[in-house]
Amino acid sequence: MHSMTNARPRLTVSGLHKQFLLHGQGGLEIDVMRDLSLTLHAGECLVLAGRSGIGKSTLLKMLHGDYCIDQGRIRLHFDDGTLDLETLPAYAWHGLRRDVIGYVSQFLRVVPRVAAVDVVMEPLLARGADEAESRQRAETLLARLNLPERMWQLPPGTFSGGEQQRVNIARGFIGEHPLLLLDEPTASLDATNRDVVIALIGEAKARGAAMLGIFHDEDVRDRVADRLLPLDDSLGARTAFTPNVQETLS
Amino acid sequence: MKKPALERPVLLDVQDITRLYGPAKGCEAIDFQLHAGEVLGIVGESGSGKSTLLRVLAGLEAPDAGRVVYRRHAGEDVLDRDEAELDLYAIGEARRRALLRLEWGLVHQNPRDGLRMGVSAGANIGERLMAQGQRHYGQLRATGQEWMRQVELDPGRIDDAPRTFSGGMQQRLQIARTLVTRPRLVFMDEPTGGLDVSVQARLLDMLRTLVRQLGLSVVLVTHDLAVARLLAHRLMVMRRGQVVETGLTDQILDDPQHEYTQLLVSSVLTP
Repeated sequence: MHSMTNARPRLTVSGLHKQFLLHGQGGLEIDVMRDLSLTLHAGECLVLAGRSGIGKSTLLKMLHGDYCIDQGRIRLHFDDGTLDLETLPAYAWHGLRRDVIGYVSQFLRVVPRVAAVDVVMEPLLARGADEAESRQRAETLLARLNLPERMWQLPPGTFSGGEQQRVNIARGFIGEHPLLLLDEPTASLDATNRDVVIALIGEAKARGAAMLGIFHDEDVRDRVADRLLPLDDSLGARTAFTPNVQETLS
Repeated sequence: MKKPALERPVLLDVQDITRLYGPAKGCEAIDFQLHAGEVLGIVGESGSGKSTLLRVLAGLEAPDAGRVVYRRHAGEDVLDRDEAELDLYAIGEARRRALLRLEWGLVHQNPRDGLRMGVSAGANIGERLMAQGQRHYGQLRATGQEWMRQVELDPGRIDDAPRTFSGGMQQRLQIARTLVTRPRLVFMDEPTGGLDVSVQARLLDMLRTLVRQLGLSVVLVTHDLAVARLLAHRLMVMRRGQVVETGLTDQILDDPQHEYTQLLVSSVLTP
């Protein structure tokens, strides 16, 4: 069991609610989250569990600023004070994502024409890091994730799902953010690459990163989780709709 | 771990701008602030007033009401306090033109509006530098070639006139011409609008890189939400001359709140 005695909270979430109001569907209201609270410590990986559609990805998207925070509090804790995300102005999110909150989504949002290695190193360049050094680190990560070297200079648009996911993982881990949100990073990986991701998560813990993740693979979940947070129907969705506005509208 | 420094000084303070040609034609009561280093996207359909607003912000068209205030030294040590704040339409015409030429930049949708089609590529790039007082021919030419490389044009074509370039090349030349003086604030009106899709992708990547390398602050007008997603940190959604929603780009596109934004986002075709 992971020791919590010395760990300090890096993130506290309290009384979080989320509702989607779909104007195009006659004002349909979909409750996807009710009164969710959690605490996440430095050096810990908390895994969200629960059936599909219960609001696991929704929570990650609220923490990343993709979804509005309707009600409740999300606080980040630093040595010199706290930061409330529900009142953070939009212009401040850009810097927060660059330096503090990293996100590994299931799918790579492809920037056309940009080579895989450039996609991976961009988070470092955004902080003003040296280009040669950033490239070196990107190549090291891609090699670790067994992406063949001949693919590094190619745009990942035409890669397979598993290859794109590895580019995405490298991009997500390269910045060594103190808070990492992991939305099924191992979903389309083979056993060898799953092991690499598990090792990357272990290294992130060792440097004190706090992680909140979704893993459907039970083996992976058992190996990375310090704690599980089960989401059930009393906390989560009251309807069977999937909490994605775009999909629901289209 | 220390709290990150997230405050950014305000570079452009837009106060209650109205410019109407008729009822709901133009833009009305627009209020926002652009922070240093930010790329703000203004999105909306044609007729939403986004281009009118851009023309007012960029100093090309006086508003009926409201102020556009440029905080000239945002984030820098203030040397001459008199000039620290410029009210765009309160300063004289000559002063405004100098500001547009020396400290701001404007990239038009149609490169023909931003280029001198009859003079060489090199002369196009050098013009703003000469307006800043640079006269050394060899230096101007070297800078011209360097910028052509930066926007992925063949420097060997420095003596060719833009009319011999393709549309995508003309657009890259216009960008080089605009950015050569390292403006702090750049306005872009549908910069990838008239281009083929393959050319668009290349230009988008180039713009992202230049924004990062030069630390530009940008106001970008586009009707293309995919372009907005790739370039803009923050979005303002306009409809019938008014702003209906503002927020972080991902939030506007993934969790739109306003009825109109929901319709706009859900109407996008994805191949």
